[in-house]
Amino acid sequence: MDAIVENFPAFVGGFLMTVRLLVISGLGALVIGTLVAAMRISPIPALRGFVTTYTEIVRNTPLTLVLFFCAFVLPSLGLRLDFVAFALIGLTVYTSPFVAEALRSGINGVPVGQAEAARALGLRFGQTVGLVVLPQAIRMVIPPLINVLIALTKNTSVAAGFSVLELVAVSRQVIQFNGNATIPILIAVAVFYLLITIPLGLIAGRLERRVVMGR
Amino acid sequence: MSVLYDVPGPRARRLSLILSIVAGLVILAGLIWMVVFLASPRVNAGGVEQPGILDPSRWDILRDLAFWRRVGVGLTATLQMAAVAGVLALVIGTLLSLARTARSAFIRVPAVVLVEFFRGMPVLLMMLFILLVFSSGAYWAGVGALALYNGAVIGEALRAGIASLPRGQRESGLAIGLTPLQVRFTIEFPQAFRQMLPIIIAQLVVLLKDTSLAFIIGYQELLNIVLRQGPTTFGSRYLFTFFFVVWAIYLAVNLTLSWIARLVARRTSAGGVAARRARRTARVLAQLGGAGMEGARLDDPPEGDSSGH
Repeated sequence: MDAIVENFPAFVGGFLMTVRLLVISGLGALVIGTLVAAMRISPIPALRGFVTTYTEIVRNTPLTLVLFFCAFVLPSLGLRLDFVAFALIGLTVYTSPFVAEALRSGINGVPVGQAEAARALGLRFGQTVGLVVLPQAIRMVIPPLINVLIALTKNTSVAAGFSVLELVAVSRQVIQFNGNATIPILIAVAVFYLLITIPLGLIAGRLERRVVMGR
Repeated sequence: MSVLYDVPGPRARRLSLILSIVAGLVILAGLIWMVVFLASPRVNAGGVEQPGILDPSRWDILRDLAFWRRVGVGLTATLQMAAVAGVLALVIGTLLSLARTARSAFIRVPAVVLVEFFRGMPVLLMMLFILLVFSSGAYWAGVGALALYNGAVIGEALRAGIASLPRGQRESGLAIGLTPLQVRFTIEFPQAFRQMLPIIIAQLVVLLKDTSLAFIIGYQELLNIVLRQGPTTFGSRYLFTFFFVVWAIYLAVNLTLSWIARLVARRTSAGGVAARRARRTARVLAQLGGAGMEGARLDDPPEGDSSGH
């Protein structure tokens, strides 16, 4: 217990770094993922093919490899940034296809009749998507999006292997000096993660029920 | 064909063609720029000029047998960890799904807590825990953490599969005199397993990807042997080449597995009984929240999809 109390500032620093990685790369992935999802349902085959390929490639690449590329290969190509920025780039790129998939599944969750009715009224593609499909899809999209955010929270730990001082990296440092308190330290880190993931899970569950009720 | 837009007429088709060509050109230009950028010689931190990425001096390593032997060693280590962890994950998942559907709360509640805990933890943290607490060595730490995490996910999928079976299955099994456990093993389980096979295979892809996490705790796998130690052995100018080789290997293995998963999903979604089963799988998938980031979603597009496969 002493080890945790003594090093509490370090843990909080690690926690804040984890939150920072989560928030910034989450927002970045949301932006890119939305663009990818938009291209994915667009009428233009070239765009569809491009983002489908992009999604498949990124989804089948390990996150460790993506972060390795950002931290070691990008610098050798002449990009000079600090390790946190590299980790942010990697996490954003890796998360974006999953965001796109969540959005797409939400859009596909809207009953076809809605889109058909909108088309029957003579609305154009943009109007159909913007006025009829999307407002309904947003409610369906939020729970899967939160699942992606929960996974991203866990994925930020991989940055520990690439010189970013987040929770796991901090715990490794602290353990080096307090070898006798390994178990409590790791449990403390687990609790910090649960501080993020449990509230997110609860929100997702509640929204899910509300969506089901709302139908 | 999507319902979002009409079957395009001649003008729309022309517009779409023009836009497609423009978009294709933009994408092509981006790719060409990337190749040109990579091919240009670069000056490293020491001010020494190095040849561009496409220069043969960066790729001649691919003719070196010693290098490929090394790749073989790394790939074997990765696949070995994935295989052992995968089998264990299936066993753990089966046991967890049985415990979660047990009738006594004494078995059910701890199982629920376990599953939720393992699903909520970063795999890397679990690896560290096993490594430091049990001083097991990197290999078993990796196998243990991957087996527990993926076992929890697979167990959840199997439980959902059992829950989605028609109630008559269980009732008729009991009616012909089977014990509840016999019904579980001989009637419900095989069906749930078959129905959830695509999800399970998708989870195995995730497991294979996650073996690369063991690189961080020092296991000698593909990333470690080829990417971390390769440049020190063969020279740092090969870093990009090594990265490319490792990436290609991961993509090849994972895409093959994903393709098998899709094949399995399609085979179960043809015909009457199987089609009902596929619809149930889709419903369960929706309940699972589409397995978030941990499972690659299978692209068996529901109606109204326009992904144009």
